[in-house]
Amino acid sequence: MKPSTRRMKVRDEREGSPWTGLGAVLTKEMADHLTGVRMLILEMLVLLTAVGTIYTALQTIRPGSNDEFLYLRLFTTAQDPLPAFVFFLAILVPLIAIALSFDSINGEFNRRTLSRILAQPVYRDALLMGKFLGGLLTLTMVFSAIWLLIFGIGILRLGVPPTAEETGRALWFLLGTIFYGGIWMALALLFSTVFRSPATAALASIAVWAFFIFFWNIVVGVIAPLLGPKQITTLDQLVAAGQMQMILTRISPITLYADIATIMLQPTERFLGFVLPVQLDRAIQAPLPLAQSVLVIWPQLTGLIAATILLFALAYVLFQRQEIRA
Amino acid sequence: MNDLVLETRGLTKRYGDFTAVDHLDLSVRRGEVFGLLGPNGAGKTTTILMLLGLTEPTEGEVNVLGFDPARQPLSVKKRVGYMPDQVGFYDDLTARENLFYIAKLNGIPRDQIKRRVEEAIERVRLSEVIDKRVGAFSRGMRQRLGLADVLIKNPQLIIMDEPTQGLDPELAHEFLSLIHSLKEEGTTILLSSHLLHQVQAICDRVGLFSRGRMVLQGTVPELARKVLGGAYRIQLETEGSAAKFRKALEGLQDVNAVTVKDGRIIVEAQKDIRADAAEAVVKAGGRLRGLSVESQSLDDIYTRYFEEAKHETVN
Repeated sequence: MKPSTRRMKVRDEREGSPWTGLGAVLTKEMADHLTGVRMLILEMLVLLTAVGTIYTALQTIRPGSNDEFLYLRLFTTAQDPLPAFVFFLAILVPLIAIALSFDSINGEFNRRTLSRILAQPVYRDALLMGKFLGGLLTLTMVFSAIWLLIFGIGILRLGVPPTAEETGRALWFLLGTIFYGGIWMALALLFSTVFRSPATAALASIAVWAFFIFFWNIVVGVIAPLLGPKQITTLDQLVAAGQMQMILTRISPITLYADIATIMLQPTERFLGFVLPVQLDRAIQAPLPLAQSVLVIWPQLTGLIAATILLFALAYVLFQRQEIRA
Repeated sequence: MNDLVLETRGLTKRYGDFTAVDHLDLSVRRGEVFGLLGPNGAGKTTTILMLLGLTEPTEGEVNVLGFDPARQPLSVKKRVGYMPDQVGFYDDLTARENLFYIAKLNGIPRDQIKRRVEEAIERVRLSEVIDKRVGAFSRGMRQRLGLADVLIKNPQLIIMDEPTQGLDPELAHEFLSLIHSLKEEGTTILLSSHLLHQVQAICDRVGLFSRGRMVLQGTVPELARKVLGGAYRIQLETEGSAAKFRKALEGLQDVNAVTVKDGRIIVEAQKDIRADAAEAVVKAGGRLRGLSVESQSLDDIYTRYFEEAKHETVN
């Protein structure tokens, strides 16, 4: 029989599941992260800021006060010279996410393990997905632990148990935090497929991070007026200009995360962004129920998730097309 | 009946204007060791990557163990072991951990993993360092671990890219004998190398590669006949004057030329006529002290072939 006749029926799609071997990659990545020195350093850093900020926050929060949301105050209370824990999160989460994945693909390439791994019966999909999910799950574990720690300290020092409302809000905020990390992780993963050198990938990721943290608001301040009319004469134009500025700032994931933090951790905040006094007329100064707060941040949360998926998809496409020969 | 393990027809790979592999027709039979030989940059690695479905061919057909690597890469990669050149490992993991990961990626059942990893490591004689970190391994140990890594999936075909590159002669020899023992067990092996003299001994058939083309294919003696004019050089050492046997030897069949040099007789023949030559000397009343046939080296064939090729293009 000639080999050509022995060949199985040729189909248009690839054979087998793209996720074959995903479990193996995932467990290896998580094991690497959780036992690595890099992760240990990052964990210490977060732990230190968590304990430090919570401790100072506890000094200003008095259990006796009739504040409904004592536990949420733990996250948001700042006392000189230390900023609140949420502020640290906004800065540290990207760094941790970048540190976990900036060398995921080019590292394999430089160790010359990439071709050996891809010669096993798995698709590239499984490798990339396993690396991303491994990082994201590690992030989830670390932050879940931190959250539990904060609540634990709270219970010990405040003496009152957290309410269901508080717990729910903290969990939504945790979800936001994880996907805020997801964006930066996907970005670093993207750079790790584009750049051959891990150092370049790390620097590029940090450059983007620094750009959004330090410069984006300035850039928006310059661009926004250029996009609107030259002179604002009517109220509508003023509103339009304000909204334009709003939209532009929300390109930054940091703004989105800050929005989520504000609404979730400060239940009395009812609006995000541009609000006219007219709209606030007769508004009741009372905390929003959890479900309503979730509705307010829904666009921000889905935005974070969508951006994460988008960046991952881009990394995926580039990785599929990459020549693996050294 | 189908003895072909691997077959390509008109296999071509282009990167922009550059043609890395040009209409390659290659076939490897079951149980043989096939050497893909040629200088660096001749397209050997690209060919191998296409055989494994790691790079898509621009044109042509590939068939590996009855599968098309571009469409059924998982089936191919489950059955074919690939050892890249300068094989890399996770340095901070032990040899055992490195192979465990590969075993898991291959979907080997959990209860068999431990045994198969240990067997593979035993096979390449690394059992003593199985729980040492690979970072501390020498080049030769890494190479052997690379072979264990391939053996773990019990492959029907093993593809090795430059298996002896960077090894000192002794290690290279040791590694080649490992490959030889695999061949004895009936594994089909395709290996690429630019170190012709090293792989000559273990290859059943070789293909000479140049600029993406397979210019010669066959067993080493076949190629020798084709390129070196088919000459077997038989050396005879006799007692007394060598010159008087000259006539007797020239009278034999298949003899091209007889020369005497430093008291030795050199017979160039189309066949291995050692027995006839010895008989002729004895019959002519001589006493034979030594008799040997020069084996043709691939290096000679290769150099000669490309000299001629160059010559032709110049003319």
